[in-house]
Parts: sequence; structure tokens; C-alpha cells
Amino acid sequence: MSSKQRIADLYFLEHRAKLIDLAAFLDRVDRAGEPAEPPDFRVRALVRAAAVLTDGAGSRARRVLEMLSDPSTEPARSAAATKGASGAPRQGAL
Amino acid sequence: MRYIDPHIHMVSRTTDDYAAMARCGCVAVTEPAFWAGFDRSSAAGFADYFGQLTETEPARAAQHGIRHHCWLCINPKEAEDPGLAREVIAEIPRFLDRPNVLGIGEIGLNKNSRNELAVFEAQLDLAASRGLLVLVHTPHLEDKLKGTRMIIDAIARDSRIDPGRVLIDHVEEHTVAQVLDAGFWAGMTLYPDTKCTPQRAADIFETFGLERLWINSAGDWGHSDPLAVPKCRQEMARRGHTAQTIERVSYANPLEFLSQSPRFRADA
Ligand SMILES: [Zn+2]
Repeated sequence: MSSKQRIADLYFLEHRAKLIDLAAFLDRVDRAGEPAEPPDFRVRALVRAAAVLTDGAGSRARRVLEMLSDPSTEPARSAAATKGASGAPRQGAL
Repeated sequence: MRYIDPHIHMVSRTTDDYAAMARCGCVAVTEPAFWAGFDRSSAAGFADYFGQLTETEPARAAQHGIRHHCWLCINPKEAEDPGLAREVIAEIPRFLDRPNVLGIGEIGLNKNSRNELAVFEAQLDLAASRGLLVLVHTPHLEDKLKGTRMIIDAIARDSRIDPGRVLIDHVEEHTVAQVLDAGFWAGMTLYPDTKCTPQRAADIFETFGLERLWINSAGDWGHSDPLAVPKCRQEMARRGHTAQTIERVSYANPLEFLSQSPRFRADA
């Protein structure tokens, strides 16, 4: 097993850059459109999921993915409207 | 050095890609039938595609010393029309005896709809009645968790199907445990923006072990990387994994699952 220092040596700069990218993306969303316009449901879901990063518990990747998943259990009535996926569930968008 | 890419859509890739894969040690690929980026207008369009997968593409791969195998089905993105699906499923048997066909795939779900589920079950029935291997596509992004559960439940309802002969693909951190715990093989797809990165795939091997787990590029006509498997091998080497571990996940594991079909060959 690698030491914590070795993991930081290998990956710190890459993930530092990703965190700054995420911060700059949220700033970009803030600057766009009217100040009163709420962010898109996907952006809101991303911000909610980001809380997982700082709650001190493990399995962060799994929990972020679960928060970005459709929570329903019944089969969809039809797939005729779209083949695509958006990356965050519409249900539960606050 | 040698590796198998067990899920890649070579009909969408160039000869340069074949050459680069061969240089990186690729000795065999398996190509599931999937969506072409547009809906085919008839069952005859699918039959032409099955011909391409069973005749044209193996010959193209052979020019680079790569063994080519395929899986046949109607994919979940075109499974919303039950009438068309029935016609396509009726076309499949006449291709099943071709020498590079391993089984039925990639069947599964896309938007988790009732029609998709019915078409999935009809193709599971075809596989079970002929004792074929199955390769399963799980949905994208927010639909994956729900769809993976529906898929596992549907397979469990058909007692003829041995989970050890089914690979459930595109697992991530939130779905890998339920797939492995139910006795299935699991595939991790290495994509630039969605699914797994090489780093996260290495994390999943470190967390869940090496049993019944493989990696693939699922390279296709979208943003994807036909050299994703060798890049994941490099990532694991960078972390200090042994050559034996790296060979296991990128060669021995797919060899073990795929060799359940007597047609699978990894020698050049
Ligand atoms: Zn695919």
C-alpha cells in the first residue's frame, strides 16, 4: 500500500487544478444571466453533492454518484421522449 | 505486454486505431452490437450491421494481428419500439453460428422504460434457450443505479441463467458491489468524461479485489479512447502494482470469462 505522502506526491497538483476548475465553473454560472435566475438543476445537484467532500466520512465517490442518481424505482412509462441522460436527477431538484 | 479489450466498437474506429492498439499489445477484442448514433429504419439495417460484425470487422482486425469477436442484439437505445425489436430478434439466430459470435450483447436498459425491459427480457430468453454468454449495458449517468437494480432483478427472475456467464458492464463505485455480490462479472469502462477514469478503475480494483472484474475502453463514435486499457495498465504500474496484477485485470480476467465460449481465441 502506498503512503498518504506518496498519493499526494502522485496526484495533488492534478486534483488541486480540478478543485479550482470547479470553483471557477460556479463563478461562471453566477456571472451568467440575470442575478435572480436560479442555477440549473444539474448545477444545484453538483453543489449539494460537493458537501460529501467535507463531511469527513468515507466512500465519497459512491455517495456522490448516489446523490446524482435517479431515486425512483418503478420502470419509466416510456423512453420515447429522450435517449439522453443529463447527469443529475430532475426529481428532488431543490 | 499483451492485453484484451473486451468491449470496443471497432466499426467506428480507424485503421490507425487498430495499429496503435496492436503496438500497445492488444491481441483480441470483443465488439458488442450497439446504437450507431442514429436509429436504424428497419430490421434489414440491423441484419446488415450483423454482417459487418461477423465478416467485415474480423477481417479488418486480422490485418493488425488482432482477434475479433462480437455479440449480437438489438441495443437498449433502439428498444422502445416492440414491433421493430421483435423483427430484429428474429434476425439474430441466423447469425449465431458464425465463428466469431460469443453471445448476446450489449443488451440492457437505457432510460429504464417498460418497453426496454421487455426487450431485455426477450433477449435474455434467447440467450438462456441457447446457453449463450451475455454482455449487459447499464444506463448512463443518473439512470445507472436504478437501471442496474432492474437488470439484476430481471436476470434473477430467469432461473436458467448462471450469473457467472453474464458480464454487467459500465459499473462504477455505486453499482460494482451489487453486481459482484450477485455473482456476476463486472466491467469498468474507461471514458474521458463519464463512467470510470483509469485512476478510479485502479481504485476500484484496490477496494473490491481482482475477482470477476475487467476493464474496457468501449471506444466508439463518441468521445472515447481506444487506448484506455493500456493507459489504465500504466496507471496501475505507476502506483506500484505488480506486472502479474496488471496482466490479470487486462488479460487473464477477460480470457477467463470469454473462454466460457469455445469460440474465443486470444492467440494471434
Ligand atoms: Zn458499448
